[in-house]
Amino acid sequence: MSLITVTSPHATRSGNHTGAFMRQVVYATIPGIVVMTWLFGWGTLFNLMIAIPAALLAEAAVLKARGYNVRFALRDWSAVVTAVLLALAIPPTSPWWLIVIGIIAAIVVAKQLYGGLGMNPFNPAMVGYVVLLISFPLEMTRWIGPHEAPSWFDSFRMVLASANVDAFTGATPLDSFRTWAGNAEQLQALPILHGEFASLGWEWVNIAFLIGGLYLLARKIISWHIPVAMLAGMALIALPFWLFDDARYASPLFHLFSGAAMFGAFFIATDPVSAATSRYGRLIYGALIGVLVWIIRSHGGYPDAVAFAVLLMNLAAPTIDYYTQPRTYGHHRAKRGATR
Amino acid sequence: MNASIGKPRLLFDFHGGIHPPQNKTLSNQRPIRPAPLPAQLILPLNMHLGAPAKPVVQVGDEVLKGQKIAEAQGAVSLPVHAPTSGKVVAIGPRPIQHPSGLDAPCIVIEPDGREQWCELHPLPDWRTCCPPSALIPRLREAGVAGMGGAGFPSAVKLSPRAEHPIEQLVINAVECEPYITADDMLMRERADQIIAGVEILRHILNPKEVIVGIEDNKPQAIEAMRRAATGSGIEIAVVPTKYPSGGEKQLIYMLTGKEVPSGGIPAQVGVVCHNTGTALAIHRAIVFGEPLISRVTTLTGKALREPGNMEVLLGTPVSALLDAAGADMNRIGRLVMGGPMMGFTLHSSAIPVVKTTNCILAATAEELPPPATEQPCIRCGSCADVCPADLLPQQLFWYSKNQDLERAQQYNLMDCIECGACAYVCPSHIPLVQYYRFAKGEVRKEMAEQQKADRARQRFEARQDRLAKEQAEKEARRKARLEGSKPAAASGVDVAALKAASLEASAAYKAAVKALKAAEAEGSDQVAALASDVEQLKAKADAAKAAVRDAGNAPAAPVVDVAALKAASLEASAAYKAAVKALKEAEAAGQDVTALRTEADALKAKADAAKAAVRDAGPATAKAAPVQPATAEQPAAEKADDGAERAQKMKALKTAFNMSHKHFKEATAALEHAEREGADNLEELRKQVERFKLKADKAKAALGLLVDQAKADMRASGSDLKSLKIEAAQTEAAARQKARELEAARVKGDDERINVLSRELDALQREAQVAAGALKAATDEQGLADA
Ligand code: SF4
Ligand code: SF4
Repeated sequence: MSLITVTSPHATRSGNHTGAFMRQVVYATIPGIVVMTWLFGWGTLFNLMIAIPAALLAEAAVLKARGYNVRFALRDWSAVVTAVLLALAIPPTSPWWLIVIGIIAAIVVAKQLYGGLGMNPFNPAMVGYVVLLISFPLEMTRWIGPHEAPSWFDSFRMVLASANVDAFTGATPLDSFRTWAGNAEQLQALPILHGEFASLGWEWVNIAFLIGGLYLLARKIISWHIPVAMLAGMALIALPFWLFDDARYASPLFHLFSGAAMFGAFFIATDPVSAATSRYGRLIYGALIGVLVWIIRSHGGYPDAVAFAVLLMNLAAPTIDYYTQPRTYGHHRAKRGATR
Repeated sequence: MNASIGKPRLLFDFHGGIHPPQNKTLSNQRPIRPAPLPAQLILPLNMHLGAPAKPVVQVGDEVLKGQKIAEAQGAVSLPVHAPTSGKVVAIGPRPIQHPSGLDAPCIVIEPDGREQWCELHPLPDWRTCCPPSALIPRLREAGVAGMGGAGFPSAVKLSPRAEHPIEQLVINAVECEPYITADDMLMRERADQIIAGVEILRHILNPKEVIVGIEDNKPQAIEAMRRAATGSGIEIAVVPTKYPSGGEKQLIYMLTGKEVPSGGIPAQVGVVCHNTGTALAIHRAIVFGEPLISRVTTLTGKALREPGNMEVLLGTPVSALLDAAGADMNRIGRLVMGGPMMGFTLHSSAIPVVKTTNCILAATAEELPPPATEQPCIRCGSCADVCPADLLPQQLFWYSKNQDLERAQQYNLMDCIECGACAYVCPSHIPLVQYYRFAKGEVRKEMAEQQKADRARQRFEARQDRLAKEQAEKEARRKARLEGSKPAAASGVDVAALKAASLEASAAYKAAVKALKAAEAEGSDQVAALASDVEQLKAKADAAKAAVRDAGNAPAAPVVDVAALKAASLEASAAYKAAVKALKEAEAAGQDVTALRTEADALKAKADAAKAAVRDAGPATAKAAPVQPATAEQPAAEKADDGAERAQKMKALKTAFNMSHKHFKEATAALEHAEREGADNLEELRKQVERFKLKADKAKAALGLLVDQAKADMRASGSDLKSLKIEAAQTEAAARQKARELEAARVKGDDERINVLSRELDALQREAQVAAGALKAATDEQGLADA
């Protein structure tokens, strides 16, 4: 009889560990990956194939330098999740070095230099994305027109940075809308703004990520608060402006199914480490991201805005948490931002 | 209202909760069987929550079944009874059920197998024989304690305060912990007795409603209880299966919608909650006069061949029960007393069953695998989703881990019920509850220390005050002596100044009284501190008044007045500082502070005025009044502060040393224990012993260093014991010398000289007193350091 002494509880939920959580997130991106590959070609897969090993290597190197058990730590799959999210966020035309720089910014700077998993105040994938967007604006805005997927060979040459990428790229729906905002005729005429129900091609990307997100909800990997609040925030602020002037402002539906809306709502804003953590806090956090996305899309200098909105709200998350503590059992009022 | 046919109760759902695998069928398949009589019964004197009982038998005494062998000590305490007839063979420390793994005093009885009862006093006509409250002492004498949770003496819960009329009596039959089926089986087999016990409780408390809460996973128990309760008006409420619905606070909320206030007790919201097993024990204690000497305990776990429930005599060692249940010793990976969620692991199978032991879980390593390695918190929020107290466990974890106790308390650390739901779901396998327990312990320790420090500070300040006063008096007398022959000059001015000082002092006193009243009205917790302030200020005001009187009677030299002014100024600024402190505290406590603020301002003005007066008076009398006293006082005070700080540190270090020494001793004991039992983790234990020894040594070394420093400091400042001793002796000698001179003068009849000498003698005697006092204080401090 071995009498170990440990504190209660003695039971834990079986099959319940951080690695499994993270793996589910990776699985949930599969519909999105499939649709993106269908629309934009092999580039997406190449992105993933470069990003994942790069992330694992970068993570392992830093962990080793910090004296951690590398094998054990890598099993939390967090590096893979970051890699996948970043790979899906950057254009499928990206050369390999762009991906590697993004990964290093995400894993080494945004995550490990802040103390590793659980300590990073900012969403690592989005830090990587923004670093790239600011440093290499040209490379980062070369999206392929939907349904004009290049051959795998062309995609491969793009990865090696030896192809004339411009031959394959075109403006995204959000780009086009921004360019022609105010010009009702043009908006009417641009085919890319008119898919089945929202923007051409990208509507399917968004639907795919929505499906993945619903899977995460069903598996209780994420809670509904942030995505619902974010999408609602975005739609609710878009609605009156669109009603007021539909030549200048896009419809709520267009916003919800363009760019990184669904991807951001279910996969980026929900990154638990850098998000708000209380229930009310998550609602506020999500809603403000939605509003910020709309503001930046409609009035900012960049066509899509999820990364900036999320990073801005990452900054605000601790404060939001501080002011949204739940009311504890047996207390009359919640201690909200109660000061010392 | 007949609940058994009435519509189901409207239930409130508490936040969070989890659904761990039940594993109840393992133990509820066979009826309750009696446990075998063991070779020895080990009865801890502390089977309940509260003060331990005091033995009333001696080694060698023959005892009868049910005989009292230890009596309660204090209001929250219970007696202990012999579970069977036999002989007391030992009274001394044995390993007991405490999570810390410490040994505690126990009475050991060797049964004679005759099961001979002592005389009992049954009370079958309890309804009519006496007033309900007369039943409460009987329950106490029968040793009835809460049998589900912490073992709180039941009698205490049955005498609620008059201002909390009891509306609901809640019987907790939920048994939400996995594996445990003791209450389930008890209800299936003895529902009538349980209901009879509930009737007694109802008779005593006279509540509006009686509700029995049972989880819906016990259909047979529900059926049996419904049948037994038919026509009694006792409501059987079925609650959904969810852990921890059996937590007292959670159950009360589910059934009544009332929340027990944070840090309060259920009676404050008109609810009293008892456990089913307790109800049964109450029934037997009243109707048959039987004390609580046995209980039903679940023996379960996959390492047992014949799991089930047993009627166990209290004091039966766990090992005897494991044998009876056919334990496969090699397969036991973890031995838990209680359930898998809130129970604690046993370090020895010699530990006895006590009043609160509802379950012995002998789990295999596959069943309850060793804890997985902790990973970083990813703030996923799963823990917050399941927390029944609606806390943010991830934040608590963060602050507990970083020992930021203040923040942790702000996130309501102390409201955590340690249910373990958060740790159960945490994907990073963080032993959250362990962190909370640690942090809570630290908070409690800090509170206790704070109280102690406050008391010490008050004592210290009082002493400082006294010394300063004595010093000032001495100074005044010396000056008077010096100036005695010279004519007094400009005495009128000084009297005025003294009067002003007196007025100020009494104003300060009045202000303090006002502050005290305000604090009392608001129920602030600083009332005690403020009251002592008031007293001090009153003393000061009185002293100032007396000074005015004295000055009026015998116009003194200006020097005296400067001293008095200085004293007044010091007092005024002290009063101001006190007011500022009170203000800050009040602000911190979030009270209305405007009144206090104006007071503080007024006091500041006064202090400034007093200071100005000192300044003005100073130049005029600079020649006559050497400034030493004031300057000498300052460093002395600072030094004293320094000393106090060091004493504080020393105390802390001493505690640290004591703690680690205790740990070391415990570890050594555990090691010996293990060696005796031939356990297989000797190496680990040995290492632990080493570690604690190292820690203790370190603390001791640090303490030594500090003591040496303190000694060196004292020497450097000329205030070490030796010089203090010399000083004391010298002043005493001088006083004696003066006395002799005075005697001689008396003999000569020199009136003038007698006068002077007697005044001088007076001063010297005071000086001697002060020196002796300082010496004593220093010795005390030293003693503190050396002890
Ligand atoms: S469940 Fe564990 S990992 Fe998740 S937030 Fe709570 S403590 Fe952190
Ligand atoms: S142990 Fe404390 S923090 Fe964790 S779920 Fe229970 S009450 Fe909440």
